[in-house]
Amino acid sequence: MRRKALWGLGVLVVLAAYPGMAVYATKTADSASFSKQISKDDRILQALNRLTFGARPGDAAQVKAMGLKKWIDRQLHPDRIPENATLLEKLKPFDSLTMAADEMVRNYPAPQIVRQMAAGQIPFPTDPDRRMMIQKLVKRAETKQGDGVPPLPNAPNPQALAAVLTPPEIRALRTGTPQDRLAALEAMPHEKQDDVIGALPQQMRQALFVAAPMELRRRIELTAGPAQVVSRDLQESKILRAVYSNRQLDEVLADFWFNHFNVFMDKGADRYLTTEYERDSIRPHVLGRFRDLLEATAKSPAMLFYLDNWQSVGPNAPQALRGVPNVQRRGLNENYGRELLELHTLGVEGGYTQKDVTEVARCFTGWSIDQPQRGGSFRFAPRLHDNGEKIVLGVKIPAGGGERDGEKVLDIVAHHPSTAHFISTKLAQRFVADDPPAALVERMAQTFLKTDGDLRAVMQTMLESKEFWSEGAYRSKMKSPLEVVVSAVRASNGNVDFATALVRQVAELGEPLYRKQEPTGYSNSSREWMNTAGLMARMNFALQLSGNKVPGVMVDKAANGADTALGSPEFQKR
Amino acid sequence: MTNRRVFLRNSALAMVGAGTAPLWLQRALCAAGTRTGRKKILVAIFQRGAADGLNVVVPHGEQAYYALRPTIAIPRPSLTIDRRDDSAINLDGFFGLHPSLAPLKPLFDQQHLAIIDAVGSPDPTRSHFDAQDYMESGTPGLKATESGWMNRALGKPVGKPSPVRAVALGPTLPRTLRGGQSAVSIQSIGAFQVRDQQAAMEFQHMYEASKDPVMQATARETFEAMSMLQSIQRQAYTPAAGADYPRAPLGESLKQIAQLIKSDVGMEMAFADITNWDHHVNEVGQKASEGQLAVLLRTFGQALSAFWTDMGDRMEDVAVVTMSEFGRTARENGNRGTDHGHANCMFAMGGDIRGGKVYGKWPGLEREQLYEGRDLALTTDFRDVLGELVSRHTGNPSLAGVFPGYDPKFLGLV
Repeated sequence: MRRKALWGLGVLVVLAAYPGMAVYATKTADSASFSKQISKDDRILQALNRLTFGARPGDAAQVKAMGLKKWIDRQLHPDRIPENATLLEKLKPFDSLTMAADEMVRNYPAPQIVRQMAAGQIPFPTDPDRRMMIQKLVKRAETKQGDGVPPLPNAPNPQALAAVLTPPEIRALRTGTPQDRLAALEAMPHEKQDDVIGALPQQMRQALFVAAPMELRRRIELTAGPAQVVSRDLQESKILRAVYSNRQLDEVLADFWFNHFNVFMDKGADRYLTTEYERDSIRPHVLGRFRDLLEATAKSPAMLFYLDNWQSVGPNAPQALRGVPNVQRRGLNENYGRELLELHTLGVEGGYTQKDVTEVARCFTGWSIDQPQRGGSFRFAPRLHDNGEKIVLGVKIPAGGGERDGEKVLDIVAHHPSTAHFISTKLAQRFVADDPPAALVERMAQTFLKTDGDLRAVMQTMLESKEFWSEGAYRSKMKSPLEVVVSAVRASNGNVDFATALVRQVAELGEPLYRKQEPTGYSNSSREWMNTAGLMARMNFALQLSGNKVPGVMVDKAANGADTALGSPEFQKR
Repeated sequence: MTNRRVFLRNSALAMVGAGTAPLWLQRALCAAGTRTGRKKILVAIFQRGAADGLNVVVPHGEQAYYALRPTIAIPRPSLTIDRRDDSAINLDGFFGLHPSLAPLKPLFDQQHLAIIDAVGSPDPTRSHFDAQDYMESGTPGLKATESGWMNRALGKPVGKPSPVRAVALGPTLPRTLRGGQSAVSIQSIGAFQVRDQQAAMEFQHMYEASKDPVMQATARETFEAMSMLQSIQRQAYTPAAGADYPRAPLGESLKQIAQLIKSDVGMEMAFADITNWDHHVNEVGQKASEGQLAVLLRTFGQALSAFWTDMGDRMEDVAVVTMSEFGRTARENGNRGTDHGHANCMFAMGGDIRGGKVYGKWPGLEREQLYEGRDLALTTDFRDVLGELVSRHTGNPSLAGVFPGYDPKFLGLV
């Protein structure tokens, strides 16, 4: 009733004050707007807005010269696009990106691993420089332990500075221009540098970091806390790739699929497992078969750890029945089973029951990890597996299947019509509109089913649809924080020397990278990002970036005109 | 639908000429009738991830509780000093608080804190996302509802509404506060400003001219809130009576909510959340005072207690209510954790709350008493609790618009 009265009042005011907008009020994103096609030039912008992290100056002209169709086809086959040499150069120092998880654990050890190395339980890394640095951490840990202080190799010790430097040297590091301080540090021998960096208070270290060349920056990061380097490498490389990669759609899809199969980097062992997860389980399959992508995530230590399946024990498993003493892992954990059905495949309305969740969880018992805290790999543990008969979504899985039980579940759900529909809906929400037209989703789902879940074919169906190129889709989406930050750098021809500050910006706008705790991942919908805190942060970011005040980034001031351009309402949309 | 509603809000603001009145006048208008006719304030806290209510409000008088949870049950209240920190804090002979919630015990004893048990959403979903959505929209089972219950509970403003009438602390506006009435999200009061005056004006013009009505309305809310907050963001805030907020997001959020309330900027509803309650493994450590739940509850209890201390007399106008999307399995799962369940517990704290009591009918934990043979059954609908607070605490006479299709039954909390 009250709403009705207000509505009446609203219409009056609307007509009086904003005659132009009354039209908008009646215009909903209906089927008409999804059939009305946009102009030829707008098609290029639409492609750049949706299939890349934002256009750089000159991109539109290049796409036009190449021909839109050809450009899209290339983006759909990223292996045919030579990668940007600048990007490869910038990624070189991030050596954790190419390491196996167990290698990473040894090269970038967390405090407890340092302790285990000291105790001889884990070998030191082979790289001599790294070995030296970590032995130093061990020594520091041992000294502190001797004093009765818990060993914390990550924490700098303020008094320690006086122990390694003379008062004039400390003064030189404390005062003067950043370049002066840098020169003071660089004048010292390598070994001493590490000691000094380890002893520097946070603020002084930060001041040095900003001015330092890449190699020294990495030394600073490493000495300050080796374990943090792993997550920083991953976050920074994500920004660098999004800004610089020539394979833009591949990057957009890596972001989309990681988010779909979200894991949380800060959950225990996932600190070391997330890098290989994105690299080996997500990236190779983003334009491949859904079934492969699904199995890669299901068997990944990162997912097994994140959703607790590695510890799940079947009620009829040998271990449970024998009641091994001192082992508390004796029961089913439904976490993965439920999210597999709800978030990864069928969708919450995909037609499964609580009974199905439990049965799926039983099938996956025994899908475990060998030594997760040391970067271990997938292992099927028969002693944890429930080998009884199960019925999943009406399909009988006979007793005695072992590891195959889980694979059968993946077969069932990967080929289920609900999955085809759910995946198509999510893709259409990301690439077309918040509320995508049902007809489009249906056509994509049909392709999914006909092609055995070929994700490239599903993308093609979407990109050949009239809906993708319609007024209903064009500029209808609010950029996510990652999208707005990266697109601003791209639009202003920014050069990213280091991306730590950009990583922080994306977090401040509400999307900390690899740090979404909930398995849902970040919202795909514009609504999530349309709020006062977000707008405020976006405006301030635009000013900072345009004024070249974001550390590590230099933009071309002429590229955007006014400093406010990147904070404008138009720029928030794609 | 979104367009139309935000559109309305937009035009309503335009009509009263918001943003043009001088700041002193705005504040005067918003804080109309301070002291005497002061508005009641409702603060909602969402525990995202499904807190394990059975280990938060412990039914230590229930034998089945200990049978279902051989390794993670919170031990019965202990009289021996050395074991007290690792056992339940007795409330009424049957229920007890988790030991990490010790800071809340005095509030319960002084009858300012009420507990509602076996409460939650009647919808059977065990999906975090759907269950949060239903609890935030206030319409279990109905996905089409666009607005949140708290936004609807705001009702139509009388006179000129304060731009910070409804505030969520955090980088996004939660579902609970979305809807036709103006509501803002704020990361921190101090940082809520465009750092360059000239640029701020330019932005304001740009967004005013935006053809996207949702964007335009959101920007207007942003600038109005900014000018409202300018006067209070220059002073550093010192909590009263030595209130010690925990250094965690919830502590920060509640501290800022306290600052907003005490600044009389016209805030009527506030929202904060605390995440990470989804404890499938290691919920409880070797002792009750250890493990993930204990750590989180320590923050939770300290934050609420610090807020109480900080607010002092102003607590007369304030009610705080807590909720979580669903409870967890009555039986522990095998990994010292619990899986997704059904009914849970809620807290209500405030000057006009009739506390010192555990409300709600206890359904029991014997096998046949459990919901679907596995979870605590639900005997109180969460809308009964929220409805009573909206009606009796904030004085909103029309609950039909707040919880459409449901007639809340009051428990006598207020």
